Formats: sequence, structure tokens, C-alpha cells
Amino acid sequence: MDMPLPDPSILSRKARIVDRLRAILPHDAVIDAPAETRAYDCDALTAYRCPPLAAVLPRTTAEVSAILRLCHGEGVPVVPRGSGTSLAGGALPTADCVILGVARMNGVLETDYANRFIRVQAGRTNLSVTGAVEADGFFYAPDPSSQLACAIGGNIAMNSGGAHCLKYGVTTNNLLGVTIVLMDGSVLQIGGAHLDPGGLDLLGVICGSEGQLGVVTEATLRILPKPEGARPVLIGFSSNEVAGTCVSDIIKAGVLPVAIEFMDRPCIRACEAFAKAGYPDCEALLIVEVEGSDAEIDEQLALIRAIALRHDPVELRESRSEEESKRIWLGRKSAFGALGQINDYMCLDGTIPVSALPFVLRRIGEMSRSYGLDVANVFHAGDGNMHPLILFDANKPGDLDRCEALGADILKLCVEVGGCLTGEHGVGVEKRDLMPVQFTPDDMEAQLRVKDVFDPQWLLNPAKVFPLDVTSARRAA
Amino acid sequence: MMTLRPGGEAGLSALLRDRTEPLRVIGGATRVLWFGGAADLLDCTALSGITLYEPGALTLVAGAGTPLAGVERVLAAEGQRLPFEVPDLRGLLGTAGVSTLGGVVAANASGPRRLQAGACRDSLIGLRFVDGTGMAVKTGGRVMKNVTGYDLVKLLAGSHGTLGVLTEVSFKLLPVPGASATLVLRGLDDASAVQAMAAALGSPFEVTGAAHWPGEGTFLRIEGFAESVVYRGGRLARLLAPFGSADMLDGEDTARQWQAIRDVAPFHGRPGDVWKLSVKPSDAPGLVARLAADGVLYDWGGGLVWVRTAPGADLRARLGAFEGHATLIRADAPVTPVFQPQPAPLAALAAALRRKFDPRGILNPGLMG
Repeated sequence: MDMPLPDPSILSRKARIVDRLRAILPHDAVIDAPAETRAYDCDALTAYRCPPLAAVLPRTTAEVSAILRLCHGEGVPVVPRGSGTSLAGGALPTADCVILGVARMNGVLETDYANRFIRVQAGRTNLSVTGAVEADGFFYAPDPSSQLACAIGGNIAMNSGGAHCLKYGVTTNNLLGVTIVLMDGSVLQIGGAHLDPGGLDLLGVICGSEGQLGVVTEATLRILPKPEGARPVLIGFSSNEVAGTCVSDIIKAGVLPVAIEFMDRPCIRACEAFAKAGYPDCEALLIVEVEGSDAEIDEQLALIRAIALRHDPVELRESRSEEESKRIWLGRKSAFGALGQINDYMCLDGTIPVSALPFVLRRIGEMSRSYGLDVANVFHAGDGNMHPLILFDANKPGDLDRCEALGADILKLCVEVGGCLTGEHGVGVEKRDLMPVQFTPDDMEAQLRVKDVFDPQWLLNPAKVFPLDVTSARRAA
Repeated sequence: MMTLRPGGEAGLSALLRDRTEPLRVIGGATRVLWFGGAADLLDCTALSGITLYEPGALTLVAGAGTPLAGVERVLAAEGQRLPFEVPDLRGLLGTAGVSTLGGVVAANASGPRRLQAGACRDSLIGLRFVDGTGMAVKTGGRVMKNVTGYDLVKLLAGSHGTLGVLTEVSFKLLPVPGASATLVLRGLDDASAVQAMAAALGSPFEVTGAAHWPGEGTFLRIEGFAESVVYRGGRLARLLAPFGSADMLDGEDTARQWQAIRDVAPFHGRPGDVWKLSVKPSDAPGLVARLAADGVLYDWGGGLVWVRTAPGADLRARLGAFEGHATLIRADAPVTPVFQPQPAPLAALAAALRRKFDPRGILNPGLMG
């Protein structure tokens, strides 16, 4: 993975740029000592790191605007950062960039239950948005697994999903409005408490633009009344194919579970060893969760049970208590930690049509054998968003390279069967060079034109999303 | 005036590459507003046909010119539907024609279920279009979760043909629930009705429609499995007891009632201009009071207000400053822009995007600004 060489003229102006930033910001908002900027050298894609020129931590939209106007004038690239939990390297710096972190902007600005929205600053963590409204019976639906730490601003940049988006959608479906600062410092309000922003759907294209169009400082989010209850059922199968068919049948039958999670044997074994959730030793396991009143849950689970029984499950365990529900989810929720204990791993995020599930799982198995690297699969089966985890040993020479090559092959397979490179993590630097697998030069050109409009100088997070050779002329201009 | 009717994406691309004169882009022309001058028609109805339908994956891909009605029949045969309840505006606008998927997407046409299932753009998972230079572009795909590259799907949805001409669209579908029912509260004034709808929408009983038809009633729809609908209907009626006792409509009456609301039936055959307001629901009754309207219909819990006024009335002047926007849906003469003028910085961004995708200004010029 390459990053553009830093601009020497920016590096040579570091002292002046930092002085100018200090002059417009409170004393503690500018960090430039190498020991202190280390925290900003990388995000959750820790394989790649680079010290930034400086990091700034504004507290207000006005400060963000002042920072961007200054950097715009100086021609300095800016990399926006939420909580730094990106698995795709979305917040990876270059040596000539300023990291703009919104973590200090974490307030709740307005809560409105009659109109069902909350307005927050962009640095507020995902889980604490729900935390602000749950005592009153509401929640914010998108629930990425990093929700304890990840910031709403980062969620908007990546259009984050989560386990429950089969029913509730992803960030873009729950975002009503933003305050966004463009690279030239101008502050725009888009959308708000009403349902459609009006005019062209700029909000829709800002969400998921990976911090390349502007810096979101405030967001109006849709909140929903909490369901009366929720309960999962765990179903074990003797093959991936059968489990995949069962997923399809459940969806066709007209039940809309809030989540359908899938784990294959390597993942089940690792989770069981780690969390001791009492999972059966089988080839494939589904966790299906439904919501509603007790009676509604019973009715839906009865239907799911009937469908599952047609596929000869080796285990079918309906939760009958809060305690049992927790145990069923325990293994799934600790999957990444469990595998992390055994191995280094790389987590992929391709999405495939649900119908291609059995074929893709078989092909991943074959590829895994030919590369000599184990792959564990755990994913959101209802919407086809896979998370193959490639296990490797970072200390073994060549293993990371082989792992990345296998990862690229798996993602190409996802695209071949009609899917995409990333379902919820974003492109960042990680999948940047695979974009031509999914898009023609014209497809990418259309996207680049949008960036041209929002950020004509290409200063915001410029080395991400698109292959460097595709953007080089624009970045150099 | 000529009608051009390209038979495929390549033909459309060649046509647009060489075109220098304005075009009015149409599907079935059932929901199009046009106050521009005379222009050749670009008729997209030949870009027709379902290319992929996988009920087990809740996914449909079809040509942009595919008639909506045919698609709805195919989906219904598998017990599925487009989630966002597409309005049929022919009765309101006095148009004939056959609505197409491309037209639905271009208008981001979304009915009463929008408040629970999202708008058209929320179910739209991919599309292909040809921009004003003839460049064919794919964005999104056929899977529900996809964050690969910028989401031009959203940008194109609701762009009314001004950024490009749609050739293919992909939707996420939902199963049709087995049962539905509607609670009706009678005799509420607008403000109480909006409060009642807010109480219902803030409950865990999954209301999929909340509309207030002054003089007729305040309507709250529930859908799902039969027993669950009965249960939630009962709980909802108890919750709303402070607003009066509720009648209950069964499934058949529910379908009829919501079709009438979806298609703005109270304004059919009635004179005057028609406007559509998108507002913060609790603001709606106060805004309506400023309008001297001849007729009003509240949908989306008050977030959408259909307004009928005397011809030529400048509704935006009467509204003054408010959070939201007003769109002119039906009028005899172009007294005012169809779409709410935006603040200068937003308008500048939108204009710059249009110049990028349609540098010669040939696609529905002037329609959106």
C-alpha cells in the first residue's frame, strides 16, 4: 500500500502553520510534538501508520471552520477523524497533513421526542446517542460493533451499518440533517427535523463520502421507540449450504428478523473456546433475532422454527430468558476477540447476494486451502454482508503479504458474484486499489466530479477511496 | 417538437453525446412538473424489463422504463412489495400514461409508509444512468449493504432527470405482511391530530402510516402478523384514549383508505394549485394556519402536508421563514419556482453538480434551479 510522498514545501512550513493554528485556537487544541501526535499515527487499521504534521482538536463548528479556512489558504491537506476506529484506514495521516479530530465535540444539542430526533455534535459516540434517549424509551438504530467508541461523525463518513440493519437500515437511512464545513471554511446546514432535505440529495452523497467532501460537525439523527422485547434463536446446521438456504427461506417466508447472524465451523470453535457460550460443534450456526411483545415474538419464532426444521438442524435453541439470550449472543459478540487471541487476523467486509452464499463460502474454503491460511466466517447473513477473517501470523515473514493477496481474491469473488468490496467499513486506503474491480473508469469519474465540486483543491482526505493513479492529476493540480 | 425514444443504454449514450438542445426527460409522464419552454421529449419507456428478481434476497433489478404496475404484480405474486408505497398522482395531476420505475426514482416518489420504511431513495440500492455528456455510469449495485465509493444512488434519486437519464434501477424489497388494520380518531383539530400521531409514532407498536384528513379523521395504520395486529391495535387504542375512542378499519378498508391518502384523493377533481410541504411535524398546524388554504391533508405524522390553494397564490410568501421546504406540485401557470429556492451556498453546490454532469444544460434545464 502506497501513500503519496509528503509535500516538502508543507513540511518546511510546519512551524509557521502550527503557529498560525495556535493563534486561532485555544492553547490545548493544537498538538504537534511527535510524542503527542503518536496517538493519531493510525486508526484501527494498525498495519499502516504515519505521524501527521499536527493534530487539532476543535470544540465548535466555528473553530472547525477557522481551521479549514487556514489549511485551505496554506494548501495543507486535512484528514478528518472521529474516534479513529476505522478498519479501512479512513483516518490514516500523511506526514504533510493536519488531523482534524472531532472527539471533543461530543454534546447533545437538542432532543425532541414529539418529532423523534436528536441533534448531536459529531464527536459523540454512537452508543452514547442511544444512552441519551433510552431512559425515555428511544434508541438510535445503527449499531456498528465498535459502537462503544466510534463517533457519529465517523459513522456518517463511512455510512456505518451494524447487526440490526436488516430491519432498521444503515446510517444514511437514519440521518436527517448535518452541519458541514467545506474545505474553504464555509458552513452549510443540510436537512434538519423534516424528512427530506429538499433540492438535490446532498445529504445522501455526503453520507459515506469518507471525509472527502467536508467535515460534519453536527448531525440530526432519527430516533425510534424501543421495541417491547427481543429474543434470539440459535440454529445449528451440518453444512454451510443448508444454513444459507435456510436464511433465504426465512426471508422469503415474510418474517423480517432484526438480525440474522451466521458463523462457520472455524469461527464457532474459536468462539466456544473463548466465550464458552455452549454452542454446538457443527458446520454452521445461525442466530436469528426477532422483536415485539412476547406473543409477537412467539409467533415469529414458531414460523422460523418450522422453516428451520425442514432443513434438519443439528441444534435448535430458542431463548426463554434474558439470561439465555445473553448466552446466545455472547459467542457472536466475542468472535473478533476470540479469533484475535489465537491469531493475527484481517477482517474483510464484502457483500454478496444472499443467494450466492453457499457458492462463495465453498470458494473461500478452496482459496483458503490453496493459500495455506485459515479463514473464519462470521457475518450478517440477512443482508449478505460477509466478514471473512483471514488468520495469519504477523511475525512470520511473507504472511501479511499472502494474507492481503488472499483478501483481495476474496473481495474480487464478492464482486464477481454481483456483490461489492465493502458493505459497512468503507474503502479508505485498504480497498482503494481494488476499486477498478468494481467500477469502470467512467463510474469513478462520476464520483470524482462530486469531490471536484465540494473540494476543488483536493485537500480533504485526498489519498483515500480512489487508486492514487486515478486521482494523481487532480491532487497535483 | 420531437419525441426521441432510445432503445438501450448505448443508443441513449450516443444521443446525449451529440445533443446540444434541451430535452424534457420523461418516463410515463404521470408525475412530471414542467414549466419550461417547448423541448423535444426524451421518452425512456423503451428501457424496459425486469432483469433480475430474487425473492430470497429481497432484490429486484429492472430497466428504468419498466411500468410500475407490472412490477407490483410480479412482486405481489411472491408476497413482496416496494417498501415505500408509491403514490399514483394521475388523479391529482390529471395525467394519463403509465408510471415507470425510472420516473418513481427521479421523483423520489414515496407514500405514507415513508415514515417507517423510508423513502424511495432508502430502498434504492443501485442504478445506472447516462449523464449529459453521454457517459454511462453505474453506482451502487444489487446488494443491500454497500459503501463502496460515493453514494451517487442518493444523489440521482430525486434529481428529476437533471443530472442524468436513468437506465436501470435496483431495489431492496420487503415481504407484504399478512394483516393490516387502521385506527381512526374522529373530530380532532389539526393540532390535536398531530399530537395524537406523535404519541402513536413514539410508541413501540410500529405504526406504518399516520395521516390526518380534516373532516374525515386521523388515521393510524398497523401491519404485521394477524394476532400481532390485533394486539398492537388494542394497545394503541388504549394509548390514544385521551384523544377519544377509536374506530378500527379492517384490512380491506385499510387498503382503500391508505390508497386514498397516498394518492391525495381529497384534492381529486378540485380546482386550484397544489403544494407539498416537508416540515417538522409539530410545526405543521401552525404553518397551515398561515396559508388560507382551500384544502389540507397531513401525512407522515404531520411531516408532509398537501395544500390546495387558489391559483397563483404564492404559498412561500405566506409561509415566511420556516424549517423545511415547499414544492409546487400542480398549477396552471408558472408563478413561482417548482422547488423551494435554497440558501445561496447550497444552491451554488447544486448548480456546480449540474454543470459537471450536464455541462451543456440539456437535461430538464431550469427544472431544479
